[in-house]
Amino acid sequence: MRAFSYERASSPQAAAQAAMARDNAKFIAGGTNLLDLMKLEIETPTHLVDVNGLGLDTIEETDAGGLRIGALVSNTALAADERVRRDYGVLTRAIVAGASGQLRNKATTGGNLLQRTRCPYFYDTNMPCNKRAPGTGCSAIEGFSRSLAAIGGSDFCIATYPGDMAVAMRVLDAEIETVDPDGETRTIPIADFHKLPGETPEVENELRPGELITAVTLPASVGGRHFYHKVRDRSSYAFALVSVAAIVNEDGTGRVALGGIAPKPWRDETAEAEMPNGASAVMRRLLADAKPTEENQFKVPLAERTLAAVLSEAKG
Amino acid sequence: MEFNNPAENNVFDRAKVIGQPLRRIDGPLKVSGTAPYAYERHDAVPGQAYGYPVGSAIAKGRITNIDTSAAEAAPGVLGIVTTLEHDPIENLWDYDPVRHFGGDEILHYHQAVAVVVAETFEQARAAANLLDITYERDESANFDLSKTPQASGDSDADPVQNVGDFESAFASAAVKLDQTYTTPAESHSMMEPHATIAAWDGDKVTLWTSNQMIEWGRQSIAKAFDIAPDNVRLDSPYLGGGFGAKLFVRSDAVMAGLAARKVGRPVKVTLPRPMVFNNTTHRGETIQHIRIGADENGKITAIGHHNATNALTAVGGENATLPIVAFYAGANRHIVNAPAKMHLPNSNAMRAPGETAGLMAFEIAMDEMAEKLGMDPVEFRIANDTQVDPGNPDVPFSDRHFVECLERGAETFGWSNRNTAPGATRDGAWMIGHGVAGAYRPAPVQKSGARVVLEPDGTLRVESDMTDIGTGSYTVMAQTAAEVMGLTIDDVSIDLGDSNYPVSAGSGGQWGAASATAGVYAACVALREQIAERLAVAEGDLTFEDGAVRHGDTSTPLSQIGKGEEIAAEDSIEFGDFRSKEALVSTFGAHFVEVAVHAHTGEIRIRRMLAVCDSGRILNPLTARSQVIGAMTMGVGGAIMEEMAVDHRHGFFVNHDLAGYEVPVHLDIPSQEVIFLETTDPYSTPLKAKGVGELGLCGVAAAIANGVYNATGVRVRDYPVTLDKIIGQLPAV
Ligand SMILES: Cc1cc2nc3c(=O)[nH]c(=O)nc-3n(C[C@H](O)[C@H](O)[C@H](O)COP(=O)(O)OP(=O)(O)OC[C@H]3O[C@@H](n4cnc5c(N)ncnc54)[C@H](O)[C@@H]3O)c2cc1C
Ligand code: SF4
Repeated sequence: MRAFSYERASSPQAAAQAAMARDNAKFIAGGTNLLDLMKLEIETPTHLVDVNGLGLDTIEETDAGGLRIGALVSNTALAADERVRRDYGVLTRAIVAGASGQLRNKATTGGNLLQRTRCPYFYDTNMPCNKRAPGTGCSAIEGFSRSLAAIGGSDFCIATYPGDMAVAMRVLDAEIETVDPDGETRTIPIADFHKLPGETPEVENELRPGELITAVTLPASVGGRHFYHKVRDRSSYAFALVSVAAIVNEDGTGRVALGGIAPKPWRDETAEAEMPNGASAVMRRLLADAKPTEENQFKVPLAERTLAAVLSEAKG
Repeated sequence: MEFNNPAENNVFDRAKVIGQPLRRIDGPLKVSGTAPYAYERHDAVPGQAYGYPVGSAIAKGRITNIDTSAAEAAPGVLGIVTTLEHDPIENLWDYDPVRHFGGDEILHYHQAVAVVVAETFEQARAAANLLDITYERDESANFDLSKTPQASGDSDADPVQNVGDFESAFASAAVKLDQTYTTPAESHSMMEPHATIAAWDGDKVTLWTSNQMIEWGRQSIAKAFDIAPDNVRLDSPYLGGGFGAKLFVRSDAVMAGLAARKVGRPVKVTLPRPMVFNNTTHRGETIQHIRIGADENGKITAIGHHNATNALTAVGGENATLPIVAFYAGANRHIVNAPAKMHLPNSNAMRAPGETAGLMAFEIAMDEMAEKLGMDPVEFRIANDTQVDPGNPDVPFSDRHFVECLERGAETFGWSNRNTAPGATRDGAWMIGHGVAGAYRPAPVQKSGARVVLEPDGTLRVESDMTDIGTGSYTVMAQTAAEVMGLTIDDVSIDLGDSNYPVSAGSGGQWGAASATAGVYAACVALREQIAERLAVAEGDLTFEDGAVRHGDTSTPLSQIGKGEEIAAEDSIEFGDFRSKEALVSTFGAHFVEVAVHAHTGEIRIRRMLAVCDSGRILNPLTARSQVIGAMTMGVGGAIMEEMAVDHRHGFFVNHDLAGYEVPVHLDIPSQEVIFLETTDPYSTPLKAKGVGELGLCGVAAAIANGVYNATGVRVRDYPVTLDKIIGQLPAV
């Protein structure tokens, strides 16, 4: 970890300004991802702007009948919120399937969206990695890629977005609210928030320099039965090999997004129109462009079978 | 004291303290966070500085330059030791002939190449990243076991066992199995990484460290620093696990010593978790070719086993043949261990070394054979029990109750209720299966000593360099002393892990408890003799009971013997070779598991586990049970998740942290039941005890793999058994 300076911001816009004012500044929220990366010098910010204490830690109802979740609401608080549990069960289930109780107490809504990949080569600074050190090459494509992306990757990077919460937010059509150093706010649909690697795997999302996430909004409840099935080798405390977030309606229609298989939560509204026709119909479209490695090709049938498990439970 | 004949009836058969389920003496310290581990011994010596180690970025080649200027200029830096300043410090112990530090040659990834010392940990770590190291890579390295000649059975290794005529017996066998099995490299992954504080006083050095074998370590450190062993002190009273990773000193100790000498201050060094994987040792990978032949009645006539495994040095590899030579009957046997020279870090002992990987494979093979024969796998194993060494039938097992383990286990588990048809039992979305496997592990012992001191108040102090690696040594040694001296455990205090104390067996090879308690016995007998002398009666005429020593009608409290002075006695137990010449002394067990496999996703979860162990006198059923359930848990890891993934291009273990290398979490571990047969083995030790800590791991993974087969009908022969290996063969959904 390199030495860094630290400040506490006084308002969201001030935080954005503080981050903009210095080269190589970063926000710190729960610190559960950033500090680990700093210890390994994968991230080397020289200035941290602490965004705790900006009053962004409440969950409010919106005029549209949905919820506005402050960026600093902890994963624990979000998962436990009565309204979330009642109307957005998929979100609670996704969050509690992630990390551990202690981590979820610290992890925040904004930080969770921005957690970085768990590609093992990304974590070893001796190894080539286009995401960590652009232009050095990708060690994973012909290396140990079992946990990595089977779809959405590029010749430059096949890292997965590892999180769970965002997968549920994707099926819920969440939107991300931000403020920039000029005080301008904007709203980014979650579908557009995370980026595919293309030739620039180091660019992972839509945020501009200094731009701070202030909240995530959920539209009004869409009803249906909510599922989050996370598949992994051990029962807990592991990232998904594949996860399925789904909302299934009485008539068999619904929504589905996949985690653990792509550089971002993976959803395609035309594919999910096939839900009444079953899992393989959905996956034929959703994973039509899959380009797995030999080591992770199992994720393609696994995704289909996991959705089948969800659909059969929904009928159950 | 020499142990030259099988034990007769003795003080331990009264079993007032020994054999009782007493709680661990060190338990309250552990759960309250007050047991001081090596890195946290802030009070041990003033002025401690922090050393942060740097591991090589390449797996094979040379270092041509190390530019330290930026690091030296960094805040707080006190000094830097680089590998280029030293001749190689290597081959410190016969069983661990590796290079720890020194020289320009790189033999494996994360070989220690520098240590940066600073006032704080953070300063040392930051400065370590400023070292500019230039490497010259040697591309000739080999990192892929499957590409070695040994992997295809093509090796010049002599058989470890060659009895009868395997080839013709196998060729003519009525029922045959010919399969290849693989087990991956595994990391000990003990909770506490390697750590040492070193402090010099002239040419004397003290190391507060985390080490299983204090005397080996003391000798090794003397060699490393070219000083007399008497100038070395090691102190390791508490370890956060070891599993074999701390049998030998590692680079943390060497770097701490070098750095402390250079900066003239005590220095502490711990290996960051990734270096635990690639700097230290691991369980080697294996590729095992197994052939078994049997007659129609299920009697094994031929056993062939060829084990290929990775090793960087002549002493290395996972010798999976170890259990195969003696576990089952079979007149014709051809068994070969073939380590392949590879440029991965050296592999060495990890809990039940050899037996673990050997039985992971062989006990699947036994399941497959039983199926081919149409026999119940329990019956098949019983049919092939042997009471003599199959390689040398003149030598019997000293005490072997493997059949009873299987029978007790089958009955307790409800084995006969299982559905023998694979893939035929459902519980909702889950496919249910049951598996069994046998367990076998020798019961070695080592010379072991202790000092006992009768205090003026009649209490007893025990001192030994024995270590407690979480196993319960403190408790079982105190129980032994209490038993022999007629005291309660509360009357006994005990200090361990300090090289100033008598040399013990140390902790390894499941010999620790059996040997160290025998050593305490020897010391206590020496004390009893001194007491007898003072009372002017023969030792054999005395009875030690209830805090007093009785002779005829006179009873003298122990507090009165020394008349205000302490009485000290020291002795060691030495084991005569009758133990290996006249008998095979081993431990046995059977594991039964119920597994569930999700019919859609292939997720594998364990539902219940049972172990039945035959391992001589159980010194303390609580600590023994903890050993076995811990081992069963490790077996779950080996069965369904643990694998150090090898990058065959860069030559290193890629998933080198506890996020990437998964070990079981609580939710993975269901109800575990352990049964100890009430056996005693007089050939083993005066206490008639043997080890259990490694036995508990042997066979567990195979029982699970066999359970997965029974659940799904999919036979996986490559560990770990993960869903990607079965998903293609699960029923359509
Ligand atoms: C051992 C372990 C296991 C885990 N397992 C899982 C799992 O199974 N599933 C899962 O989903 N997650 C898992 N996680 C990840 C965990 O969920 C994230 O670390 C956490 O959500 C990050 O939140 P944080 O507030 O701590 O972020 P921080 O570490 O504080 O920040 C992360 C990033 O977000 C930026 N940032 C933070 N807040 C804002 C904001 N308001 N606006 C703009 N940028 C911001 C920071 O600059 C930083 O780049 C695991 C983590 C660990 C350490
Ligand atoms: S997959 Fe991406 S993160 Fe992993 S090594 Fe390749 S470039 Fe780096």
